[in-house]
Amino acid sequence: MTPAVAFQKTSRHFGAVRAVDAVDLEIKPGEFFAMLGPSGSGKTTCLRLIAGFEQPTSGSISIFGERAEGVPPYRRNVNTVFQDYALFPHLNVLDNVAYGLMVKGVGKDERHRAAEDALRLVQLPGYGGRKPGQLSGGQRQRVALARALVNKPKVLLLDEPLGALDLKLRESMQEELKQLQKALGITFVFVTHDQGEALSMADRVAVFNDGRIMQVGAPEEIYQRPASRFVADFVGSSNVLPPDFVQRHAGQRRWGSLRPEQIRVGRDKSGDGVAARVLSRHYLGAATKLALDVEGLRLHATVPSGTAVPEDGEHVVLSFNRDQLHLMEEQA
Amino acid sequence: MRSDRSQSAPRGLKIAAAAGLAFLHLPILLIFVYAFTTEEKSYQWPPPGLTTQWFAATWARPDVWQALGLSVQVAAISTAIALVLGTLCAAAVSQTRFFGREAISLLVILPIALPGIITGIALRSAFSLAEIPFSFWTIVLGHATFCVVVVYNNAVARFRRTSGSLIEASMDLGADGFQTFRHVILPNIGTALLAGGMLAFALSFDEVIVTTFTAGQQQTLPIWMLEELVRPRQRPVTNVVAMVVVLATLLPILAAYYLTREGDQIAGAGK
Repeated sequence: MTPAVAFQKTSRHFGAVRAVDAVDLEIKPGEFFAMLGPSGSGKTTCLRLIAGFEQPTSGSISIFGERAEGVPPYRRNVNTVFQDYALFPHLNVLDNVAYGLMVKGVGKDERHRAAEDALRLVQLPGYGGRKPGQLSGGQRQRVALARALVNKPKVLLLDEPLGALDLKLRESMQEELKQLQKALGITFVFVTHDQGEALSMADRVAVFNDGRIMQVGAPEEIYQRPASRFVADFVGSSNVLPPDFVQRHAGQRRWGSLRPEQIRVGRDKSGDGVAARVLSRHYLGAATKLALDVEGLRLHATVPSGTAVPEDGEHVVLSFNRDQLHLMEEQA
Repeated sequence: MRSDRSQSAPRGLKIAAAAGLAFLHLPILLIFVYAFTTEEKSYQWPPPGLTTQWFAATWARPDVWQALGLSVQVAAISTAIALVLGTLCAAAVSQTRFFGREAISLLVILPIALPGIITGIALRSAFSLAEIPFSFWTIVLGHATFCVVVVYNNAVARFRRTSGSLIEASMDLGADGFQTFRHVILPNIGTALLAGGMLAFALSFDEVIVTTFTAGQQQTLPIWMLEELVRPRQRPVTNVVAMVVVLATLLPILAAYYLTREGDQIAGAGK
């Protein structure tokens, strides 16, 4: 099967800065793909390479089998939802959505009908007459989405599309985007620095750091079996365990990771397990997060609410299933 | 609330403000009054009588029409040149980063910061060095140097407030460079260009210093007025022309002011 987007040893350097460095990547057709990483990790540059706003310094990019290097943005069947939405302030909502069809020479009635349909798709029917300045952040985001989708792109690129929305709205938009993607069957490529967003929405996630891809995989895979210390730490703040510790408790001299929710905290000091001392407690609602000191190592554990929470400074005993301690490929 | 706006200012300040405004604007009114005087050899106060005969006299003078025609043509062509060059320069400076960007910005603004007499002498010696005869086009070139600045300043301010991602969004949606300019850039900077163009036109229309250095035998309207002051007959004709010029330049400047003020709201609405 031809990949929707393929990077082969693709690099984009700005002088001495290697924004994207020899990235190999295949995005499957119809996939909801997330690019996750801290700011400056190269994920947005990758998106701009697909959109055509940047050209690779070396390597190649193909979109549905067609070479994309040197093809300007306006000749690619790819559309973008921009981080700041970039709605045209001088046009009303309907003309904003119809813009792509207008420049392609589609007649006024036809393009306005298509724009109305697209607005209905993003649940903003009847908003066509308003100016972008009269809309709320969430509504502008939907207009930006409709403006991209009306062109029936093969790949839809989303650059931190939920970043400017408040938490409640962000959660409902996450669900809505996911449903929309399923219904339309379009390949979505989504850039975010929020690991929760990436894990909850994407079919597959690529974790970026320093212009390179650290790991690509399904959300469960990334979360449960991080390949490196960076991934373990960045995705869901896992406990990263040094080789000494892992050797003592699992018998192998490798870096390991252990999820905070996989650690059981026992208050019975005589029990079997690892002795620890509670440093601090953070109440999170559904659970309480404990910061623990284990032989000079700082670990985190979550205790579900409803169970007894130990006091600050109390000595506790930690236990975990050995098969949940994930050994990372990265060598010590 | 130390500066309460509804509280009225002290009387002394009011009088000073009124005196300042009177000092600025009474002489202009005086010009208007002298356009109706019956005395034609000197400016005598109070005017011995009032008449409207000078309007007919002005209308009948071919040298007025010639000077006016030349001024309008010079102003129109230098504004057109300034609109093209000023917009291009503003686009380059505000949309891209390159070595020497700030220096270019300064160099463009320099002609209006320098005294006109420096620009005039510089152009005159450059023209004679290049053996270009003084003509209509040397006046246009001289005026374009400061008209570009006005257009550039207006356009660059608007470009800075226009989000760069609008251009990317347009390209992303399938518009090539020309379509993006026509449908996105022009509507967003249009009022700024109109305002800049009007100001440039008004500046060129009443320019004296650079014109005296770059003109040959041609007389633009301001030059004609200067020469007219030393002639003993039909003095109020100059006042009639001055009055028309004041009205004709005041309107575009007021329009430019309102256009750019509205532009603030348009640009602010996007965020």
